Amino acid sequence: MHTHTHTHSARWRWAGLVAALSLALAACTTASPTPGGGGASAGASAAASTDGTAGGPVVMLSTQLGPEEEQASMRDAILTGFDGEVEFVASADAGVIAEQIQAQGEAGEGDASLIGALHGEFSTFATEDYLIDLSDLATELADVGIDENFLELGRLGTDQQLYIPWMQATYIMAARTEALDYLPDGADVNDLTWEQLTEWGANISEGEGTRALGFPAGPDGLWHRWFQGYGYPAFTGGVNTTFGGDSAVEMWSWLTDTWQYVNPQSTTYSEMSTPLQSGEVWVAWDHTARLITALQDQPDDIIAFPTPAGPEGTAFMPVVAGLGIPTWAPNPEGAREVIRHLLLGETQAITLTEVAFFPVISGDLPSDLEPGVQAEQDAVAAQTARDDALPSLLPVGLGDQGNAYNQVFRDAFQAIVLDGNDPAAVLESQLANLQAVFDSSGAACWPPDPPSDGPCQAQ
Amino acid sequence: MRAGRLGWAPYALLLPSLAYLAIFFAAPMLGAFGLAFQDGDGSWSLASIQRMLNDFNFMRALTTTLLLVILVLPVQLVLAMGMALVINARLKGAGLWLYIFALPLGISELAAGIVWVSIFTQTGWLNSILQTLGIIDRPIIWQSGESQWLLILLVVIAESWRATSIIMIILVAGLQSIPPEYLEAAEVYGATTWQKVRRVILPMLRPTLQVALILRTILAFQVFATVVALAGTGTVVLAQEARRWAVVIDNDNVAAAYAGLILLLSIASTLVFLWLLPTREEERQ
Repeated sequence: MHTHTHTHSARWRWAGLVAALSLALAACTTASPTPGGGGASAGASAAASTDGTAGGPVVMLSTQLGPEEEQASMRDAILTGFDGEVEFVASADAGVIAEQIQAQGEAGEGDASLIGALHGEFSTFATEDYLIDLSDLATELADVGIDENFLELGRLGTDQQLYIPWMQATYIMAARTEALDYLPDGADVNDLTWEQLTEWGANISEGEGTRALGFPAGPDGLWHRWFQGYGYPAFTGGVNTTFGGDSAVEMWSWLTDTWQYVNPQSTTYSEMSTPLQSGEVWVAWDHTARLITALQDQPDDIIAFPTPAGPEGTAFMPVVAGLGIPTWAPNPEGAREVIRHLLLGETQAITLTEVAFFPVISGDLPSDLEPGVQAEQDAVAAQTARDDALPSLLPVGLGDQGNAYNQVFRDAFQAIVLDGNDPAAVLESQLANLQAVFDSSGAACWPPDPPSDGPCQAQ
Repeated sequence: MRAGRLGWAPYALLLPSLAYLAIFFAAPMLGAFGLAFQDGDGSWSLASIQRMLNDFNFMRALTTTLLLVILVLPVQLVLAMGMALVINARLKGAGLWLYIFALPLGISELAAGIVWVSIFTQTGWLNSILQTLGIIDRPIIWQSGESQWLLILLVVIAESWRATSIIMIILVAGLQSIPPEYLEAAEVYGATTWQKVRRVILPMLRPTLQVALILRTILAFQVFATVVALAGTGTVVLAQEARRWAVVIDNDNVAAAYAGLILLLSIASTLVFLWLLPTREEERQ
């Protein structure tokens, strides 16, 4: 029954179909978004080109500076002054890099000569004995004046220098100047409470008819850090040991109440620079590295200010990143050279300007800081110097459970704030998931929760 | 009888593709299925399935995915049929239409999602145009995490734009294989255009429609990047959950359970279409 009667023009059209289909297939094969795929393949190619013991490029696996622009800054600005070749491997999904380090550690070999990671991640690597002692390097670097508190952190409770502090950051607030007209009566933008933020949002909502507060609650946003370092400690004084208590319910009620002034498109925001610049959001909370674009591009329209305070104080999350050398490093000497380069005053200043991670070394910052960087620097300083400052560390010792831990907070948010479930009931059911994270990782409580013997007990 | 004449040759010719399918499709698929029925320690259990079923996001992901399939398919089918008929009508410049219609095929799923974000975002094209025309006073927030229906609608629009052409191309191929004699005969008997479509083209297109529907449904169950780009964390689909459990939570067993569920849904929908649209050969059996 299939009597094909192709005319000349039909055949021509078939050629078009074939071309279109092959285009479609090409799109299918190249388009699959594999988070961290780029990093993984970069690592693989680096493995092939590293020649083992001496020399060769230094492969640096970094859980930090993962977003594309930050990776580009690292390769094109921060590392350019280095006399040698560095293969910088990072991913927007930090978990992918942590897994790679873990996998190389378990195998006892790999291409990584240098690890860039957060304090909490290093504590996991240290318990696995993945890191070599860098005490000699720390002594050698004495004259660059690395902050002693940070060096102490880098010893991870041992007498060895397991990582060298690299850079620090935190999360702050930013606002468009138009929003300042709506500040609640008597409120000082540099000394706000979370309650006043709600009022501020309500005022804007009333005056402009828009929901102008914003949080990075999108898939790649750092929203979970708000709960872990800001919301929970500010309202409850703890995080994991106060997870389901009455004061926690108060925090969730505050957030639910405030959400009516929060732009509902927040669930798509990965960073707050873009919505601040477009004016979709007037007041936002985010990581310094993710606010810097807005503050740099529109220094006259967008200001930075310290995080508001809650009933238990001005809670904030200091982020300390460090540099460590794994025991299996094929090129440990090269890695030491890279560490020396990254801690130069000059490099630290470039790092600050490029990616808004602040120096860990003493000594004056360049006086001619760009306005956006200066604005962040002032906000960070004000936030840290508060009398009621309550630093809340990033998770320590969670290992590969880090993302599962974050998910507990994000799921609770979805259930309570977006789906409108009863906070107490949701927290009750999430407590089990939280405890499962501690039980399988064996992580002890970290500040501001009181220390625990054995795995942290969620309450 | 035929097989006897050809001997072992057809089987030998089939062998490479069979081996390929066995090694690269069947084996990993069975492996993944096995993973779904194991717990974290590798012993057989239903714990991973249970964890999936009890997960906070499971019902949301399942209903959203099913809704998307149910909403996207009819829209795309009607659009694709119209587009295919336009092409097949051999109007002047039909070739140009084909290229215009096929354009979205060259664009990756994620890129298409991002294009639509630039349209639907609060300060995007749609709001700008509506505001310029004076239809709205202030921007409407389309991508609101508080409105599942709105988010699903956006994904349906974006998916319809992105993936209708694949159906169209299959339908055009089907249309061109309909012998013109049938249509000429219909014309001789005075059939209207609608009657020709209804009585001649659609019945003859049945096998093609079946292929198009099966293919598109399977792809719809795997929808991922468009949803991530447009809806963020505002809504979830099954493929997103599979990825989340595999990559974010790092639990391959539950991820495999999700993948297995997607596979089962795909098989079930294929069977439904085979049953709903039997082709001639199948009817004879």
